[in-house]
This record gives sequence, C-alpha cells and structure tokens, in this order.
Amino acid sequence: MEYKVNGHTIPADEEGYIINLSDWSKELAEEIAKSENIEMTDEHWEVVNFLRDYYEEYQIAPAVRVLIKAIKKSMGPEKGNNKYLYELFPYGPAKQACKIAGLPKPTGCV
Amino acid sequence: MSTLHTVNKSPFETRTLESCLAHCRPGDAVLMIEDGVYGALSGTALSDRVAAKAGAVKLYVLTPDIAARGLPEDRMIAGVTGVDYRGFVDLVAEHDRTQAWL
Amino acid sequence: MSEDVKKFLYVNRKAPYGTIYALEALEVVLIGAAFDQDVSLAFLDDGVFQLTSGQDTAAIGVKNFSPTFRALGDYEVTRLYVERESLEERGLSAEDLQEITYEDEDDDWAEKPSIRVVSREEMAAIMAEQDVILSF
Repeated sequence: MEYKVNGHTIPADEEGYIINLSDWSKELAEEIAKSENIEMTDEHWEVVNFLRDYYEEYQIAPAVRVLIKAIKKSMGPEKGNNKYLYELFPYGPAKQACKIAGLPKPTGCV
Repeated sequence: MSTLHTVNKSPFETRTLESCLAHCRPGDAVLMIEDGVYGALSGTALSDRVAAKAGAVKLYVLTPDIAARGLPEDRMIAGVTGVDYRGFVDLVAEHDRTQAWL
Repeated sequence: MSEDVKKFLYVNRKAPYGTIYALEALEVVLIGAAFDQDVSLAFLDDGVFQLTSGQDTAAIGVKNFSPTFRALGDYEVTRLYVERESLEERGLSAEDLQEITYEDEDDDWAEKPSIRVVSREEMAAIMAEQDVILSF
C-alpha cells in the first residue's frame, strides 16, 4: 500500500501502517484518515497527538486498555472511556488512531 | 515446592550453569540437556563446583544428548543421574515448576 | 483477583542489543500483560545491562527500547527485581540504572519505584514462589 501527499509517495504495509515513521506529517495523517473513512476533528487530533507523545516517550504504541487509562488520567473520564474513543475511531482506537498517528501497530494487537 | 531447572548451554561458553546452580534451592533438580551436558563431565575445570552441588540439589543429564556427543557415561561426575526423554517428562511432572535457563 | 491469577516471572539474563532476547522478552511481557496475571520481571547476570540509564542506539541503527521499561507501570507490571551480585560483578550499582516508577492505585496513585534490588538468595526465593517462569 501507499499514500500520496503533495506529490510524494509514502510507502505503507498491506494494512496501511506507514513503513518509515519519519514520513509522517499532518497532511499524511489527514490522508490516512480519509482512507479509514474518518474526518479528522479536534477530538481526533487530541487522541492522535496523545499517541504520538506516548510513543515519543516510551517507544511503543500502547495497548488499548493502557491508552484508555492514560487518556482518562490526562484528559478526564469523559474522554478516557471505551465509548468515546470507539465513536472517534470505530475500528479500534489503538489500531486506527495509531495508523493515523503514523505509529506501528500496537504490540499484541492482532 | 521445588523447581526443575534445565540448562542447555555449555558451561565453557556461557555462565548459565553456574548462575543456575547459584539460584537453586535445596530440593531442586538440575537437568543438563543439549550442550548443557558438557557440564556433567568429570575432570574439567568446573567439575568440582558442579559436584559440590550434588546432594542439596539433584543433578541429571539427558542420556540421548551425551550419547550423541560421544561422551561415555562413566565420565560423568559421580552423583549425576542419567535420564532418557521419558525420565525428562517424569522430572517435569514431579516438580512444581520448570525453569528453562537459556 | 480471581483464583485463575498465576504468578509469572520473566527472567532476563542477556545484555540488550547483541541478541534479540531482551527485546523479545519485553514484547512478550507487554503482550502477556493483557491477560491479567501477576507479572514481575527479574534481571540477573548480563540482564542487568538492560536497565542502564543513558542508552543511545542512534549510531548502531537499532531501536532503543530502554524507554519502554518506563511504560511497564501502565501495564500494571510494577516489580522489576534486579540482582545485587550481578550488578556488583559488572561494576554497577543501582545508581547506574534508569529510574522506573509506577503509580500505586491503592495508595492514591503515589509514584513509587519499580526497581527493587535484591540479593542472589532473595532472587532464588522469588523464583521459587512462581507458578510460571519464562527465561530469556
């Protein structure tokens, strides 16, 4: 798979996760989101940015329950819950939001 | 409550056997398998240290692995018992847990 | 905790980048953490080198996974036993290790150290109380 952004071709694996994490840009994120049928809102960006920060700090994409707990802690229980996050990312916040955030698939996510 | 420890590396290449013996508790068993069987040889630089553990810890060696390496059974340290694969399974069943040292 | 909870100990005895063992062990821990077991980690022999602070792998072209140990608290893995004798044999002390903490849910989320330096004898006792030991 690949994405096209501003005339550049960005390689991705067969599931749509980009190969080189350094290829990521906000424009690319919008492009990946489009292919996932997601329109990026501020709420989506909040989660995507959170994931990028988490990865920057710990070098892993968190498992979904870890993500939910961490978001609950930093943004409060109204956002740190399954329902809210699955509404934003219907195919799974860890899986789908990680893809948009340009991160590898979370460890242990099949 | 006792542990079966298995060691599969030559003690002349890694310190796994020594570390294993240092973490054994009385009543535990150590089974030397694959290249670990070289740890059961008598007359080596390590034999005395291994032999000193026999008693408090039961020492076993997997006979198919010593046969494969051409090591005569009478060259094994006194106090080391040879077991076949069936004996290996029995040892696993007799202990509360198995720790496979790598 | 239900009766099905078993005590799992992951034993780390290899230095971090020369072989794949250390990284693989960490990935298994992260995956296994989803199963709600009582998980702890042991670092002995060359395994203590996994926890040194200041690791920088940029010039060898492999991923520096040492920051990931600091995420273990989020995965409810809160006990990292490090063997004192193994540290000393390698000229190291607890001060050479990175700081790893967890938040204690039962103590108003107080931040507490995850690393516990134990003697070889204590390490043997810790191993002896496990249901399952996975060695790397």
